[in-house]
Amino acid sequence: MKFTTEFRDAKLAQGLVEAIRRKITRPWVIMEICGGQTHAILRYGLDEILPPGIELVHGPGCPVCVTPLEQIDRAVWIASQPGVIFTSFGDMLRVPGSDKDLFSVRAAGGDVRVVYSPLDAVRIAQQNPDRQVVFFAVGFETTAPANAMSVLQAQALGLRNFSVLVSHVRVPPAMHAILSSPGCRVQGFLAAGHVCTVMGYHEYPPIAGQYGTPITVTGFEPVDILRGIQLTIEMLESGRVQVANAYPRVVTFEGSRPAQDVIRRVFTGCDRQWRGIGMIPDSGWKLRPEFAEFDAEVRFPVSEIQTREPEDCIAGQILQGLKKPFQCPAFGTRCTPEHPLGATMVSSEGACAGYYRYHRDRHNLTEEPVSA
Amino acid sequence: MCLGVPGKIVEIYEANGLKMGKIDFGGVTREVCLAYVPDACVGEYTVIHAGFALNRISEQEALETLEILQQIAADELETGEP
Amino acid sequence: MTMKPENQSLQSVNIEGPVCPTPLPHNDRIVLGHGSGGRMSHDLIARTFFAAFSNPALTARDDAARLLTSSGEQLAISTDSHVVSPLFFPGGDIGRLAVCGTVNDVAMLGAEPLWLTAGFILEEGLEIETLQRVVASMQAAAQEAGVQIVAGDTKVVQKGKADGLFITTTGIGVIRPGVNISGAGARSGDVVIISGPIGDHGIAVLQARGELGFDSDICSDTAPLNGLVSALLSANAAAVHVLRDPTRGGLATTLNEIARQSQVGILLEEDRIPVRPAVAAACEMLGFDPLYVANEGKLVAIVAPHAAQDVLDAMRSHAYGTEAAIIGRVEAGAPGQVLMKTAIGGTRVVDMLAGEMLPRIC
Repeated sequence: MKFTTEFRDAKLAQGLVEAIRRKITRPWVIMEICGGQTHAILRYGLDEILPPGIELVHGPGCPVCVTPLEQIDRAVWIASQPGVIFTSFGDMLRVPGSDKDLFSVRAAGGDVRVVYSPLDAVRIAQQNPDRQVVFFAVGFETTAPANAMSVLQAQALGLRNFSVLVSHVRVPPAMHAILSSPGCRVQGFLAAGHVCTVMGYHEYPPIAGQYGTPITVTGFEPVDILRGIQLTIEMLESGRVQVANAYPRVVTFEGSRPAQDVIRRVFTGCDRQWRGIGMIPDSGWKLRPEFAEFDAEVRFPVSEIQTREPEDCIAGQILQGLKKPFQCPAFGTRCTPEHPLGATMVSSEGACAGYYRYHRDRHNLTEEPVSA
Repeated sequence: MCLGVPGKIVEIYEANGLKMGKIDFGGVTREVCLAYVPDACVGEYTVIHAGFALNRISEQEALETLEILQQIAADELETGEP
Repeated sequence: MTMKPENQSLQSVNIEGPVCPTPLPHNDRIVLGHGSGGRMSHDLIARTFFAAFSNPALTARDDAARLLTSSGEQLAISTDSHVVSPLFFPGGDIGRLAVCGTVNDVAMLGAEPLWLTAGFILEEGLEIETLQRVVASMQAAAQEAGVQIVAGDTKVVQKGKADGLFITTTGIGVIRPGVNISGAGARSGDVVIISGPIGDHGIAVLQARGELGFDSDICSDTAPLNGLVSALLSANAAAVHVLRDPTRGGLATTLNEIARQSQVGILLEEDRIPVRPAVAAACEMLGFDPLYVANEGKLVAIVAPHAAQDVLDAMRSHAYGTEAAIIGRVEAGAPGQVLMKTAIGGTRVVDMLAGEMLPRIC
């Protein structure tokens, strides 16, 4: 596969690991704030092949994990209403709400459907004019252009039965929140490559400057991630506080103007609750008032939602990079992918799920190649 | 986030007022919205997320990146441990 | 009767999108995850069926039950229900699946499948022409496998109570003398062989359902494997310790089952596992891992190291094993765990499928 396989090359990966090893003179803590990068690091065992001294910390980069409990509970309530077709990305369906998840709603007879794209949800609305179709519009900036376009399309097609339940979050406010919190150990940041594909990286130099933290825009293939780490280490070792772009084949400084224009047209900033972290001001997007007719929160007013998190779950501390999943007393015992207590264990991108699935045990293995 | 996969544009058309395209992911094709890459042409590669092309992929930049990485590998792996 | 965790294919229900991926917190009702072939299925079977039916042939947990007759002959018997939707898909149909699935389960015990029974649950309104097409396909598959369908049953249920057509097949075969194959047979040092590229069937059926909107030339690999099993056993029957077909839950789930049954560890090498480029591309696009995608025409063979090359050669000379490859080995450490050395060099755990894979944006 073009533009993918080349960036999984073992030799290029090894070269980068050696370059890092040669450069590093002291321990460093680097945070990535992207569920896709967390997943790739654990899935390819990158943290294992990096030289000792580099601690990779996973930030709140999984939109599934950080979607506020209120929104999950709201989604569950709306999906349970008769006549509603509730559509969502697959990731969201088994995130536990206070009481149940969207899959339970389906098991009880609700019409809950996974879609690959928000435009598929619009199509379902066109095909089912007598049903209310709701789309769960979650995600970081990467998904906002798609979600925004679905609203514009519904408007252009004159659909009366389509609405979106919005829960967008933005990366820069989260980085501010983490870097300004007491006890923050993060010294370098890997910025999420696909968020930056949309937004560019012009928002990052002020953050880097304010906290003295070098930032590298990084892709998702193992070689891309190692390259991002390598450039970050170079900046850290030489005391340079800059923003580097390790994903120039897709990311530009300005990002995608057409996408940003549409986002600005449909969404406006708002405060957001980040599950496990708390309220981060101006860290989310919601629909502009002129699109109120497509806002599921307006169309389906839900009375006061009482949210309830399991007490054992320390997802918040994990999302802030303060603790590792292994340090949670419930990890692997009371909390597993089969019986998740918190979102970080449910989402395939969540740090807890990643550690559980890929690194439950570390073993010494012989290095002989397998042969008959 | 964010599952963005490279794909090649093999066809461009309009549907419901939107620029759409057929994308080849390497033996698998799917319809994708090209509204955010208005200048993209057939034969070009884009990153696809949730059924939308987000940006074009620059072959030039990709090759330059690979060259740098190959140089690093050549330097490090000759002098370092195998 | 054997109890296998897999009793449903991915597309068994007529609701949109993939099915429940993970156990729900409450276990008072059956949910779709119980049919996924992963952990939930195993749990349900252990708690409900094994607990009630308990007997050694059943609880050995192999693909077929091994039975000893009073005259000293060893038989293998297995049953399988097929509820796939859509009924026809590129590379196969529910009929071919019903025959091959059971033929293969019997063959995985090293038995020569001889006879099948077939029970049909027909939904009111099903076109007879459709039924005839399915039955013709079953006969073709049976002929290819060299088995006869010797008994059957037909029931009709009201419209809405079946997905068009459900088929249950039971198969009987005679275990070859000198063969001792079971999931508990893997030994440290053994070599792990896969008979060909993984993931074809699951992706082909997903495509045929049409909900995720992608297109390709991928075909289901549904095939009777008893001929391939014969070929590899004639290379060195005593050296073949385990045979299993990685159906629901994929290669990863099957290897985890074996690791647990045999109480060994398995170490895979990622870049040796064959995957067709189009299947890999579809998995990339959807965010799936081919290790968890269903196969219906592949087998895993775990073989003593001294015989591995001979067995591999024998497989490669058979039509259904031309792309057979060594993908890993069995280790003494970490019993019950499957690990994989990734293409980049790090290692990671390869877990059993918990519930179901979902297309993701992350």
